Formats: sequence, structure tokens, C-alpha cells
Amino acid sequence: MPLRLLLALGLLLVASAPAAAESPVVILSTTTSTQDSGLLDVLVPMFEERTGLTVKTIAVGTGQALALAARGEADVTLAHAPALEKQYVADGRLLNRRLVMYNDFVVLGPGADPAGIRGARRAAEAFRRIATARARFVSRGDKSGTHTRELALWTAAGLTPASPWYIESGQGMGATLGIAADRRAYTLADRATYLAFTRRVALKILVEGDPRLLNIYSVMEVNPANGPRVNAAGGRRFAAFMLAPETQRLIGAFGVDTYGQALFVPIAGKTDEDFK
Amino acid sequence: MDLLVEGVREAVRLLLAGDREVWSILVLSLQVSGSATLISLALGIPAGAALALSRFPGRGLVVSAVNSGMALPPVVVGLFVTILLWRSGPLGGFEILYTPAAIVIAQAVIASPIVVGITLAAVQSVPREFRLQLLALGASRAQMVWVVLREARLPMLAAVMAGFGGVISEIGASMMVGGNIKGQTRTLTTAMVLETGKGNFEVAIALSLLLLLLVFLVNWALTAIQQRHAR
Repeated sequence: MPLRLLLALGLLLVASAPAAAESPVVILSTTTSTQDSGLLDVLVPMFEERTGLTVKTIAVGTGQALALAARGEADVTLAHAPALEKQYVADGRLLNRRLVMYNDFVVLGPGADPAGIRGARRAAEAFRRIATARARFVSRGDKSGTHTRELALWTAAGLTPASPWYIESGQGMGATLGIAADRRAYTLADRATYLAFTRRVALKILVEGDPRLLNIYSVMEVNPANGPRVNAAGGRRFAAFMLAPETQRLIGAFGVDTYGQALFVPIAGKTDEDFK
Repeated sequence: MDLLVEGVREAVRLLLAGDREVWSILVLSLQVSGSATLISLALGIPAGAALALSRFPGRGLVVSAVNSGMALPPVVVGLFVTILLWRSGPLGGFEILYTPAAIVIAQAVIASPIVVGITLAAVQSVPREFRLQLLALGASRAQMVWVVLREARLPMLAAVMAGFGGVISEIGASMMVGGNIKGQTRTLTTAMVLETGKGNFEVAIALSLLLLLLVFLVNWALTAIQQRHAR
């Protein structure tokens, strides 16, 4: 009897667990930085309320976010790796790439600045000095948007970083900042995550303002041909929502209460050419 | 040190304030892992008992497989369940990836070998002579199995504790098949990873204390049952 009771209880519990929503679901694949900043916690409920759609936000590294979308496992994607994004768009797997917002990357390091990069005008120059000094540098090493940008900067510096001074964390931005602080190492981070960690992490912004440090987020729709059951209409609506004037205003104001400065600059309607 | 104190303070505050988000995360974790444990018991107890009481060629291999399964890494289960449940996967038509049901499935897969393995050991610890005696006294095979299971019920409570403990504290599978979606599939462990990633260490500490408290309360209740019967 107890066995049958257990089974019945099990079925009951499964049945009572919140089931998949009946309403159409939009799967958004995006990067951890948009989620960690808290921006999506503001925007997604607004979109859901307006459209009656349910959004499932899958926050992973940009490489994975784009790969999921390219497989048709998501309906819309918000990413920050322009070079990689353009490849997917050229392949026809992602459609309608439009710029949504930007913030910037900053080169961080210990206040003592052993490689003497403070004041370097160009990030690539700072990277060259770090490599010459063989000062420790912590890389995300996870194919994220930040990692992709870091690799592009090493290429621009004409260098191939190598261990032992080059450390790959394989983790998210927060964990990587922790490791960099602990090892008194340099690292590249997006400004939003850095601001969230300033209380805990004794790293200083040493280089900023280089146009190559611009961090541009784009929204892309998923080609319904990528796989079965892609909710193309839902994806289109979310993309349009991100670009709508009111959403853009909210993006521009986000973070002011918490950090005293906006974390993102809205740029709907602009193109890559505007940032060359 | 301040951080730990702040964490404890935050935990107490979150609990007392009845923070709705924290409570819903707590309830979801309990619901999902409870369901997964019950499913694994429903599958694992009969399987473990059958395995303990039968002899067939290749049995040693099956038992070894079950015992290895007790150490099944959640992240491996998460990966395979995700691929199966993908829209492009064989079970994609159900559209349950990134829902609590998907986490229940993955966790049931993780807990089942634990339950089978412990049931197997518990039933085998009942002396063979006892079983033969029951049959000699005229019990049917089904009656014999039933009595043996009753005899083994105390060690089998360990199966419940180990199964539940394994899945409530598991993170790899919950993250991959659930997606850590706010208000839908965010469990205590995935929320902890997120809050750590955001730099909200106090909240992460608070959530970890809640998880420990929850596991302790469940095990306390189970232990009370076990020890009362043991007397």
C-alpha cells in the first residue's frame, strides 16, 4: 500500500508543479552580462504584460547564446559579439540584426599597476605592456562576448598570450573579477559588471575610452528554418520591443538609482558605421 | 568576516520578511526535488528489490552499473536530458525544456540509481534464511517480497534521505534543463550561482543558509520516523 501511495503522491506532486505555460512562449538566448546587470528583470516583465507572451530568458555566454539561436533552440537573441553575430547573419541563421545599446569594456588591474598601463590611450598598447612585463592577466576563456573582444585586442596587439602569466578562468565575469583581484592580475570586463563588484573587488580601471572598447549589444531574430517549432512571430515582437522608443528610454535610465550612472546607452536606429 | 555576519542577517531578514521571491524559490525547490525523489522511489524500490532477490546471468554487471549510477554527475544528466528535450531533439515535441517538469525528470534520473542501490543493499541485508523460512511457511512470493521490504524499511529511509539530499543540492542539471528563469525555474542552487555572479554575496549566503536549513528539516523529520521505528 505505501508503495501505491507513494506513486499516487508522486503523480500528484508532478501534476501540481507549475506546468509549461499554455500561452505562447518566447525563448530569449542572451549573455550573462544583460542578466547580471538586472536590466532584463525590468524589461522582460514589461514585455510579458503587454503581449501576454511568456519569455524564457536563457542567460549564457555569447558564444552559446548565438549557437542556441542558430540551432533554432531560441526565438530571439541579444548578444554582444559583433564579428561573430555578422557571421551568423551572413549564413542566414540569424536575421535582422539591429543595434540596441552599448556600454564599454574597461581594462582593470591592481592599483600598483606592475606593467605600467595606466594612461595608455589604446587597449592594445596596454595589452602589449602587460605581455612585455609578463604580468598576470585573467581571461574569461569561455567564448563569451567579453572573451571574444579580449582575443581581438590581443590580435590587434600582435601577440599570442601564453601561460604562466596568462590565466584562463573559464567562468563568468563575476567569478573572473574575483580571481583577478585575488591574484592581483589584469583583466578585461564590461563596465556594468565591474560597477556591481566595486564594493568587493579591489581592482582599478586603468584604461578606458578606446573606441575598440565599445561594447555593442544587438538583437537578432532566429530564422525559422533553423529547426522545428521556432516561434518566429514571438521573436519578432521581442526584437521590436527592445527597439521601441519607450524601451530605449528605460534602457538609458537603467542603473542611475543604483550606481549613479546609466549602465547602457540606447542606440536603436544606429548602425555599425556610426561607431567606426 | 563582516560578509558572513551580513549574510546571516540577510537570511533572517529574507525569511522573516516573507520575501515573496525567496519563498517561491524555496517552494519550487522543495516541489521539484520532492517530486523527483518520489518518482525515483516509485521506480527504484521495485527495481532494487527485484535486483536483490533475483539471480540471472550478467547480474553482477547490472549491480556494478547501478552502483556507478549512484555517482552519476548531475551535469552529465543535464547535458543529455537537454539534448533529448531540445526542440530539435527526439522529445522536443513536448516542449518541456526550461520548465520545472524538465528539472523533475533530470533529478529523477539522478536520484533513481541512488534509491536502487540503497534498496538493493537494504534488501540483501535481510538474511536469506528468513526469506526461505517465509516461503516454507507458505507465503506466496509476493507476500515474501512485501515482508522483506518491511524488514528493510529502516535502512531504506536512508535511500530517501540520500536521494533527496542528492537532488536538492544539485546544480548542474537544474541550470541546464531549467535555465534558471526568474519566477519559473529558479531553484535555491541556481539562484545562488546567479547572485554570486551578480556580486550579491549576502543574498547568496542567505540562500545557502536556507538550503541547509531545508535539508536539515527534511532529514530531521525522516530521522525521527526512522529512529522511532528503530526503538
